[in-house]
Amino acid sequence: MNLKKRLDDIAGYGFISPWLIGFLLFSLLPMLMSLFYSFCDYDILGSPVFSGLTNFKKMAHDENFWQSMKVTFFYAFVSVPLRLLFAFFVALLFNKGSRVIRIYQAIYYIPSLVGGSIAIAVTWRRLFMADGAFNAFLGIFGINSTISWIGRPSTAIWTLIVLAVWQFGSSMLIFLAGLRQIPKVYYEAAQIDGAGKWQQFLHVTLPQITSVIFFNMIMQLINGFTVFTQAFVVSGGTGDPLNSTLVYALYLYQQAFKYYDMGYSSAMAWVLVIIIGIFTGILFKTSDKWVFYESKGGK
Amino acid sequence: MDDHTKRMAKKITGRICFHAFVIILGFFMMYPVLWMVFSSFKDNHAIFNTLNLIPKEWHFDNYVRGWAFNHSITFGTFFKNSFYYTILSSIGAVLASALVAYGFSRIPFKGRGFWYAMMFVTMMLPYQVVMVPQFILFQKMGWVNTFKPLIIPQFAGLPFFIFLMAQFIRQIPYELDDSAKIDGCNRWMVFWKILFPLIKPAVITSTIFSFYWRWDDFLGPLLYLNNPKMYTVSLALRMFSDPQTSTDWGAIFAMGTLSLVPVILIFLFFQKYIVEGLVTTGMKD
Repeated sequence: MNLKKRLDDIAGYGFISPWLIGFLLFSLLPMLMSLFYSFCDYDILGSPVFSGLTNFKKMAHDENFWQSMKVTFFYAFVSVPLRLLFAFFVALLFNKGSRVIRIYQAIYYIPSLVGGSIAIAVTWRRLFMADGAFNAFLGIFGINSTISWIGRPSTAIWTLIVLAVWQFGSSMLIFLAGLRQIPKVYYEAAQIDGAGKWQQFLHVTLPQITSVIFFNMIMQLINGFTVFTQAFVVSGGTGDPLNSTLVYALYLYQQAFKYYDMGYSSAMAWVLVIIIGIFTGILFKTSDKWVFYESKGGK
Repeated sequence: MDDHTKRMAKKITGRICFHAFVIILGFFMMYPVLWMVFSSFKDNHAIFNTLNLIPKEWHFDNYVRGWAFNHSITFGTFFKNSFYYTILSSIGAVLASALVAYGFSRIPFKGRGFWYAMMFVTMMLPYQVVMVPQFILFQKMGWVNTFKPLIIPQFAGLPFFIFLMAQFIRQIPYELDDSAKIDGCNRWMVFWKILFPLIKPAVITSTIFSFYWRWDDFLGPLLYLNNPKMYTVSLALRMFSDPQTSTDWGAIFAMGTLSLVPVILIFLFFQKYIVEGLVTTGMKD
């Protein structure tokens, strides 16, 4: 018996060893290093010199740090709810099984499929320039605009938000799967009780699907905090105009690989971990509320 | 009109409205993509200030100019690099994830719960927290300007794929393992001969997602590849469209369009598996 247990242990660690080694080497060790650097003055050429809380104190007075924080929160808290709202609305429209609908779903999913590519980010730049297609579109309605939407501090971040909301297709597919899991008997029971379409939506669909919405909201907010590529490409790597697209991950990247301030960027990374930790905490704290529907749903 | 025809008429009008609305919105959704594809056939002047999709004259030379890049290196090199990075990483990520998933879901070893929980924690960690120290480590190992820092960590498996496959393995009855063991198979053989073929859907889903993520990956190549000969397609496209140097939009869109071809092709062939992957966790975009 003991021998079998021992053999299980050996085999188990053998099979998970690729992940375990990778975790120790590429995650745990770098995290510990990063934690150490965050309390150091370190410009990559020299060696890290312990400097206590200097990096964190520097943040308090760093205008660009607060700017990047502001931009990122604005980006995440506007784009994610909008995207989910769109996704939910369209999922409701598509919640039937005909062949045409399946083609529609595919078409609506295409932006999510290609949206992460550099090709689309570059196209976005072009669309929202002063002589781009978006101004030509406004021209149809008689609005003569020569605004460079990516060049104006007040609108540049919106081009990124539109880019994010445009990719609602993957959330739509997740919601559709959620909607299909609602047992038909619930709707039948509601009909027998004399509930109309709207009441069925309020009392059956919504309570059943809020769990999926909420879960997605938190997960996507977390992803939203780390947005990088789109802001990098649309702003040409600068976060301009006037730092209006300087998202957190971009500023962190600049600190590390433009100014070689490894200590400061590591400190920034840990602040990001704390922010994400708070959101993960909310996810778990409230989980009984959204798991409730899922586990009791089948009864 | 009797009640029946009235109701029918109302139903048909409703349907027409629905389809009209969905098609118009769908057109708006597709517009940026279509605009890029059609612009890749346009003369540079025809791209500005216009909404029109269909080019007046078709310029296929955009593709020739785009492909040639700066003449010393062509997009042929970038596509080769991207395929190399993407395919090797995906094979590594998927095979390793399958092995690890088997270990977690079938073998009752000591500390299993702890490590499985740790894996979930790493799923929530932002890449930024390991970005700087990883760079410093890889630099000390002399790996900068090679594909090693991009590919080798993939051979540790990805938590998302491990989770997906472990879910799948748990649904397979133990009797299959047991009967194979009676036939003299060890764990390694049980895994490859019995379980691996049975989790094929999860393997395909993971492979597709890995392909997409690696193909689109930008930050990794940006950090580690400085030599233009090693650039991936994403990195080259971004160089190509650098606001300071380039204005040849026709050529940029031509290569942009080409860069999306593998992504779209995979989608057309494997739609079903993509939905499965999205739904299983609903985590990544």
